[in-house]
Amino acid sequence: MSEARQAAHDAAALAARTAYGRLVAYLAARWRDVAAAEDALGDALVAALETWPRDGVPDKPEAWLFTAARRRLLDAARRAGVRAEAAADLRIVMDDTHGAGDASFPDERLKLLFVCAHPAIDETVRTPLMLQTVLGLDAARIAAAFVVAPATMGQRLVRAKAKIRDAGIRFEVPERRELPPRLEAVLEAIYAAYGTAWEDVDGADPRRRGLADEAIWLGRLVTRLLPGEPEALGLLALMLHCEARRAARRDADGRYVALAEQDVARWSRAAIEEAEQLLARAAEAGAPGRFQLEAAIQSVHAQRATSGRHTDWDAIALLYEGLIRIAPTIGARVGQAAALGEAGGPGAGLHALDAIPLDAVVAYQPYWALRAHLLARTGRPDDARACYARAIGLSEEPAVRAFLAARSAAVP
Amino acid sequence: MKYTILIYESESDFKARTDEGRKAAYWGAYRAYTTALREAGVMTGGAALQPPHAGTTVRQRDGKRHVQDGPYAETKEQLGGFYEIDVPDLDTALQWAARCPAAAHGSVEVRPNLVM
Repeated sequence: MSEARQAAHDAAALAARTAYGRLVAYLAARWRDVAAAEDALGDALVAALETWPRDGVPDKPEAWLFTAARRRLLDAARRAGVRAEAAADLRIVMDDTHGAGDASFPDERLKLLFVCAHPAIDETVRTPLMLQTVLGLDAARIAAAFVVAPATMGQRLVRAKAKIRDAGIRFEVPERRELPPRLEAVLEAIYAAYGTAWEDVDGADPRRRGLADEAIWLGRLVTRLLPGEPEALGLLALMLHCEARRAARRDADGRYVALAEQDVARWSRAAIEEAEQLLARAAEAGAPGRFQLEAAIQSVHAQRATSGRHTDWDAIALLYEGLIRIAPTIGARVGQAAALGEAGGPGAGLHALDAIPLDAVVAYQPYWALRAHLLARTGRPDDARACYARAIGLSEEPAVRAFLAARSAAVP
Repeated sequence: MKYTILIYESESDFKARTDEGRKAAYWGAYRAYTTALREAGVMTGGAALQPPHAGTTVRQRDGKRHVQDGPYAETKEQLGGFYEIDVPDLDTALQWAARCPAAAHGSVEVRPNLVM
């Protein structure tokens, strides 16, 4: 690849990553057709790779992409035989306010998120739809995260976008009384995006790079536009608590470091402080929820850095109990078992794990890693090693596999 | 944007149309709903349909006409009527549909009209 070609490629890739969701949202909000907006932007990106090496990268790559995508949308409308006056209307709509010369597009991503969370959209596809349209994740990656065949996920996404286009769903943040259920779906999607990025400890997957920042950014956007929503504040606090420990998840040699062994000096005090403030603000509403409880659990862990005390596992177990009452996920139940194992000894932890139906955890790595850890502590080395082997087989990250292998080897 | 509100009713709902004890309430609710649609200026058409027993299904296959008594499928709820409304978006259409008397016992489907 020549230098100009490489530079153009990098610039297009950067613009695509930073502006994809914003451009799709902006185009879709005006065109009211998410699939067409995505196609047009995809074409514009291809055109950029052809044009930029020859003519140089434009001063405002986003504006360039917007103009190219808009031209494609108008061409497609003409080809589809949209009546002349309707096409003229469309052109006015697309020229509306911030034109092509201005790189600062109004951010329509929140509107697009709420469109994806509309009750008229099949519940199971809402989060995948948000991840694809607003954050640009590809269908295969989303399918893996949701344990669905890629073709099935692709079909569901296509159907949902056709529904948005044909059913006339309004591109607006819903009115207050319609807000709670749709906000829940939006927060769920943002958290899923953050979780996807979080699992990629090594930052090895380029598709997931920057996704954590995007998720936090969206979390901030929701709290700014809907101030005082306790669960939105809770989610942002939760993400910031996790983000505070990002650097500490690896030692100097790139080895995985478990939470209990992390060097608290490497935790970001600024992120922890912001998370604590957000959580306090959320508590003012007096309406606890899933994300506030999860953030509160992380807050207890964070106290190791601020107070220097040992982790209060009793408090964590209690918070998990509350969380399970609201959201009885496998993750919460395994988390509670871990807390009980630390607070009341390995027997208590194993007892809690045994209460989880086995078929729900066959492929859930944290369950097997925790089970192995607890078995080792109760003096059942063979069972512990078997569970470590199982956990290793379920770990995607090489560093995590190495960590578990070392633990397994250390079992007496 | 034009939407059609399709009203699906159970056998009991169809009976309410003529049942001495229930017909006043049944028709009263529909009259009030239709008036509300008209006064809001959103109603562009519609009709109440006779019960399914009055329906006849026709299919043309291999040049032969097959005529069958009743609606095509035997389901618990049958099409009892429809309204056509013209509103800006799906949410507004859903708000109107939710006020339809059938939403409380039968079910109501909102389908955007195809623009030809």
